Amino acid sequence: MATGLPTTLRLCRRPRSCPRRAEEARPRAWLDLAEARHRRRLARQGRWPAVGGGWRWRPIDPSRAQRNCLRRRGAVVAILACAVLTLACRPAGAVEPGEVLADPALEARARHISQELRCLVCQNQSIDDSNAELARDLRLLVRERLAQGDSDAAVLAFIEARYGEFVLLRPRLAPHTLLLWLTPLLLLAGAVSALLRRSRRRLATAGGQAAPLSRAEQRRLEELLKRSAR
Amino acid sequence: MIVELGHFALVLALATALVQMLLPAWGVQARDRQLMAVAEPAALAQLSLVLFAFLALMHAYVTSDFSVETVWANSHTAKPLVYKIAGVWGNHEGSMLLWVLILALFGAAVALFGTNLPARLRANVLAVQAAIAVTFLLFIVLASNPFLRIPPQSEGRGLNPILQDPALAFHPPLLYAGYVGLSIAFSFAVAALIEGRTDAAWARWVRPWTLAAWICLTLGIAMGSWWAYYELGWGGWWFWDPVENASFMPWLAATALLHSALVMEKREALKVWTILLAILAFSLSLMGTFLVRSGVLTSVHAFAVDPRRGIFILTILVVLIGGALALYAWRAPRLQPGGLFAPISREGALVLNNVLLTTGCATVGVGTLYPLVLEALTGAKISVGPPYFNLTFGPLMLPLLAAMPFGPFLAWKRGDLAGVAQRLLAAALAALVALVIAYALVWRGPWLAPFGIALAVWIIAGAVCEWAARVQLLAAGADRVWRRARGLPRSAHGTTLAHLGIGLTLVGIVATSAWQSERVLAMRAGDSTEFSGYTLAFRGVAPAQGPNYQEQVALFAVTRSGSPVTELSPAKRLYDAPRQPTTEAAIHVAFLSDLYVVLGDELKDGSFVVRLYFNPLVRLIWIGAVVMALGGALSLSDRRLRVGAPRRARGAQAAHALSTE
Repeated sequence: MATGLPTTLRLCRRPRSCPRRAEEARPRAWLDLAEARHRRRLARQGRWPAVGGGWRWRPIDPSRAQRNCLRRRGAVVAILACAVLTLACRPAGAVEPGEVLADPALEARARHISQELRCLVCQNQSIDDSNAELARDLRLLVRERLAQGDSDAAVLAFIEARYGEFVLLRPRLAPHTLLLWLTPLLLLAGAVSALLRRSRRRLATAGGQAAPLSRAEQRRLEELLKRSAR
Repeated sequence: MIVELGHFALVLALATALVQMLLPAWGVQARDRQLMAVAEPAALAQLSLVLFAFLALMHAYVTSDFSVETVWANSHTAKPLVYKIAGVWGNHEGSMLLWVLILALFGAAVALFGTNLPARLRANVLAVQAAIAVTFLLFIVLASNPFLRIPPQSEGRGLNPILQDPALAFHPPLLYAGYVGLSIAFSFAVAALIEGRTDAAWARWVRPWTLAAWICLTLGIAMGSWWAYYELGWGGWWFWDPVENASFMPWLAATALLHSALVMEKREALKVWTILLAILAFSLSLMGTFLVRSGVLTSVHAFAVDPRRGIFILTILVVLIGGALALYAWRAPRLQPGGLFAPISREGALVLNNVLLTTGCATVGVGTLYPLVLEALTGAKISVGPPYFNLTFGPLMLPLLAAMPFGPFLAWKRGDLAGVAQRLLAAALAALVALVIAYALVWRGPWLAPFGIALAVWIIAGAVCEWAARVQLLAAGADRVWRRARGLPRSAHGTTLAHLGIGLTLVGIVATSAWQSERVLAMRAGDSTEFSGYTLAFRGVAPAQGPNYQEQVALFAVTRSGSPVTELSPAKRLYDAPRQPTTEAAIHVAFLSDLYVVLGDELKDGSFVVRLYFNPLVRLIWIGAVVMALGGALSLSDRRLRVGAPRRARGAQAAHALSTE
């Protein structure tokens, strides 16, 4: 269990491109309701009203960070349930210009790691592909850790410790995933050994010869030979 | 009124399917020809009833009858007509009806074109086909009725905008034609098990149906991938998504089945295995349909929304798959084993194909279902994503691809590997040249990629070599070559094309995965940027109004070393109902490679996020799939496979009698 984030500073984002914002142009009754709920949620998280946009550093008290972390665990479940309903999974490329690291080698590593991590909001997308807020947070976290000199494995372990094994798109080789990783090998070995056994057995029983013709087959063969002789 | 008639027709279709299931099967047991003959008119009646129900539902969609629940939930008056029609199968209830319609269509096709089948076999096949129809019609009538009425609503809720696309409008029918086409192979397999015998003739009857289904599956999957590529907006074409895997598994099984049926037809070997494969292929289709449609894969909770549906689905799976497998376990040992063959032979090559394809299929299946099962058993939540599949499925396919050119060269029964290797020398040289060229042209990217290209060229050149050897391209004069090419069975041309298609697809896959370039940047109107040899000048963004959406359209002028190439207009759309944004990528095609431009969000300083991709040779992925399907179609048009070619059929029987040694 994570004991809060390691730094007292955390990247926080103002709701600059809140997906529902575009809809404000033409309000509708049910949309207004959803919009209001959305704003309430953002306000609860201290992210509304927005003043300007973009990223800034904001101090976080550790107890709150821990609470956030705990809440996030619960939130993951809630998010999964309403993943279909959220508009956050707008399909489009994800990485934004402001996120890209200056060092191309580091950026390439960051991209590679991003492709190994699952977005918890948009199921079946890596955080590299998803442009949900959470995926963006994770992408920035990955880059932050890399910039601090973590190895790729350390970054993955860091994120796994906070979000659970579920975020890893490549499951670890562990007792509970042994069957998953070994199935292809076992199947292939099983098929090959079965084939070998079968061919050996059939060669042994038939002595390299096929079964003798049945009487009907014999008759048919003679008829055919007669016909072809004619 | 029409809706009620449609509902009534659906119930009548269920009754007809019950008759078609019971009477012919009883007739077979009682050796009563008249009872057996009930199957054909029943199959035709079933088709017309289901078709009527389907058209009734389509009528409700086209006239926007919002007193019907599914129409209200999935349609909208402002939608273009083609998407109103496509909306019929853009949801669970309607797609199940389409599924049954295609099932009835295939059943009727067997009734109409299967006149040369033995009466008992035909009666059994149609009875099994009807049994599948009964379970599905029961499911539709009891648990997912598309004709349910609600108090009339003034406006519908609309179809998900990313589904409002021409490719996706026709992707489900094609895919379903593939899924359901495999039901014929399944019905033939079960009928063979009931009768307790199979022979070369059986394989010859099964192969065209499987081939037709395989063509539809190939095209359906390719179309889905093409849609994902240009519509989802980040240039990916395959994501190892569970829904994709659900369609890929039947394809792998059907491919294996095509090849093993070949062995069974020509050599009467692999009988038991072919029958098992026919059952498995359709079982995977069933599973695929349900996994996709029930939403069990993306979210376990979707299953519980309507527990009746979930239980129904599981019951159908257990009854159909379990029943067929039980029958298999009981009857398969009675089937006579067929001809012997040496490990190095055409049969041996096809066995290798089957082993690797089915192992690959099982790997995809395990990867897709493992998280579900693990969570159900232990509560642990894990993800199995693209890295897993790339690591396991890829290596399994490598030997298959490497061995592919050998297969068609090897002789039946006992082949000469050294001789074949000699004849493939040209292909090996071509692969080597490709390797060198790939290394010389591109330095960046993974060092393995040129080997991937070489492997693909090996497959392509191997297919061409085999064809050239058959028509004696180098040894004979032009007229002789022409005559030999004409004389070659179409299925041989088909094999060449299909294998060639695999090679083309592989080139596309390797090139685009290894050498894709990508850039994300913020641009304001008037900016221009250099990318992959192109210069893109951003002219600005203008609003526009579509039939049921508003959009922001950007304009890019693309030039290459000073001369204008094209203008690209990527867009961001906001649909009216449901209010949902989509991105429309703009693509410029330059020699099979794509310049792919996506417009992102507007930043607060007035500039726009722009994503640029260059996907080298990406078009070959789908061109290859189309070539594969063409090969299949060519093979399907072979007169040997055409339904009703009695003279050749007798010849084949004679050959079979002789080849039993």
